[in-house]
Amino acid sequence: MELKALTYLVVGASFVLYIGIAIWSKANSTKDFYVAGGNIHPLANGMATAADWMSAASFISMAGLIAFLGYDGSVYLMGWTGGYVLLALLLAPYLRKFGKFTVPEFIGERYYSNTARIVAVICLIVISFTYVAGQMRGVGIVFSRFLEVPIGLGLIFGMSIVFVYAVLGGMKGVTYTQIAQYCVLIFAYTVPAVFIALQITGSPVPQFAFGSTVQGESMYLLEKLDEVVTALGFPAYTDGTKSTLDVFCITAALMIGTAGLPHVLVRFFTVPKVRDARYSAGWALLFIGLLYLTAPAVGSMARLNLTQTIQTGTVGAETGNLAYEERPEWFKTWEKTGLLQFNDRNGDGRIQYYNDQNPDFANRAESFGWNGNELVVDPDIIVLANPEIALLPQWVIALVAAGGIAAALSTAAGLLLVISSAISHDLLKGVLMPHISERKELLAGRISAAIAVIVAGFLGYYPPAFVAQVVAFAFGLAGASLFPAILLGIFSKRVNKEGAIAGMITGLVFTYGYIEYFKGLFLPWAGAPWAENVAENWLFGISPEGIGAVGALLNFGVAIIVSQMTAKPPPEVDELVEYIRYP
Amino acid sequence: MEQKSLKKQYWHANLKLVAGCLIVWITVSFGFGIVLLEPLNQVRFFGFELGFWFAQQGSIICFIALIFYYAWRMNHLDKKYGLEED
Repeated sequence: MELKALTYLVVGASFVLYIGIAIWSKANSTKDFYVAGGNIHPLANGMATAADWMSAASFISMAGLIAFLGYDGSVYLMGWTGGYVLLALLLAPYLRKFGKFTVPEFIGERYYSNTARIVAVICLIVISFTYVAGQMRGVGIVFSRFLEVPIGLGLIFGMSIVFVYAVLGGMKGVTYTQIAQYCVLIFAYTVPAVFIALQITGSPVPQFAFGSTVQGESMYLLEKLDEVVTALGFPAYTDGTKSTLDVFCITAALMIGTAGLPHVLVRFFTVPKVRDARYSAGWALLFIGLLYLTAPAVGSMARLNLTQTIQTGTVGAETGNLAYEERPEWFKTWEKTGLLQFNDRNGDGRIQYYNDQNPDFANRAESFGWNGNELVVDPDIIVLANPEIALLPQWVIALVAAGGIAAALSTAAGLLLVISSAISHDLLKGVLMPHISERKELLAGRISAAIAVIVAGFLGYYPPAFVAQVVAFAFGLAGASLFPAILLGIFSKRVNKEGAIAGMITGLVFTYGYIEYFKGLFLPWAGAPWAENVAENWLFGISPEGIGAVGALLNFGVAIIVSQMTAKPPPEVDELVEYIRYP
Repeated sequence: MEQKSLKKQYWHANLKLVAGCLIVWITVSFGFGIVLLEPLNQVRFFGFELGFWFAQQGSIICFIALIFYYAWRMNHLDKKYGLEED
């Protein structure tokens, strides 16, 4: 069968599955809609959390990012998994015991204040829309590359699917589809990884292949990779280029950001008991780990494979580089998409792929007659083109398309749901119309989910500049605003509403301001960023991606100091804190 | 009164367990994977430099083990203090 037809078939089959699940798991009450009835098995919830968490970025981009960043890519690996330790130990069991529906609801009750609740809603909506726009973009891109339909049409397909199961099934529908989506995405990720590992190292387990010797040689994969890339002027794969402090801060910001992301937190409201919430976080990280332990292996093997495909012989030898005319089939396919770009700068008909930004290598490159790097590689290609590079059968390529869409849809649905519950439950029921009936609230939930889907679709089609900054933005803000407020709410009885509100606003404004200062995202009239985004300009050398860690510290500091200077919380709050601390 | 001091003990035992786990958490990631990267990279671990291994594989494995260990110990504490859910 032709590849396109096969891809339509596989992706179509996965959609039929999701819709079927949605119809089977329709939500009948607000409890179904917000927290899936609160009776999801911890293992099932772990799987749903893993799909909820692993987005288009984890599935499509992460291995490629690591492939080109080497050691520096560790910030994503540690940051996006380490947060689950904080979540499991410090937040999840207590939020489960609290036993209501949303994160702003907890903040509102613990800080006995609708203002605090509204501040939390604002943080939640900004974070979630930034994040969801990126997912929608991912859906559109997968559609346009694999199914060759225009991005807009792809978006409409993706939106319709999410619409059906998020609006109809609420959290219940989302949970069961996420479980199916996890199975699709992990299978789609693992199959090509196993084949690549077999081809390069002879070991079928990518995680072991990462530390094995290269097929037919006595050198270890990572040693070989260091040797190959440094010969072309790139930094060694196992060395970093970022400063230790920056790596430290980015990792910390991603960790606390992960623990503060509302769509992840809310998943722990769906299990029956406190002890289920504890185990559920473990299962979630185990399922996430299956992909996160494969990604760095795929990244390193693909980088070696790519470099050796281009640099076929000795560096500098006349025939050491691949002739453009002899480029493999996959090269031609991905050139069409613009993910690979070749520009024969020295006109020798061969491809030179090296680091032309390295002054120490410039002389050598010149003596070889090289005139600058000729190949631009988009990191996304590492996962997307892997099956073709490894000459895998066509059904694997179709599977990768379905996996990418599953990863994007599952995250998008989770995010849209927290947006809709923040509007219907926190704003409407909590603040504006406290006497609204359950049936009407459920209807409001469905309507706001529907509107959120449409807005997200538009943001995906006309992506604002900030969408590319999801890492700095969503994680930085979640870590600097929500995480400290929730943590202090559980572990301190003294922190009061003034402290929490002042802390959240400080964290939010500082972090947002710092990112805006270097990236210039939301204020188009300012033209460009205020300052160039380079290490010399950064505060203590901390990049905008890592500043959320400082924002969180400020939030903690301000919250504690302001609380000390103002009145103690009322006795009911003492009781609430006591209540959530014991299962 | 009895009930109250038992609860206090439970909370302290919980805090101690959490603190212990967080020390391990910080050591394997920020410690071994970032701050002590250079010295640990002098050590070979299969095909890896040890610091690099912690940064890209070891820390994740430790995180998973930590959460399950914590859940297991906490459930044990719940039982010991009679705070199990029905």
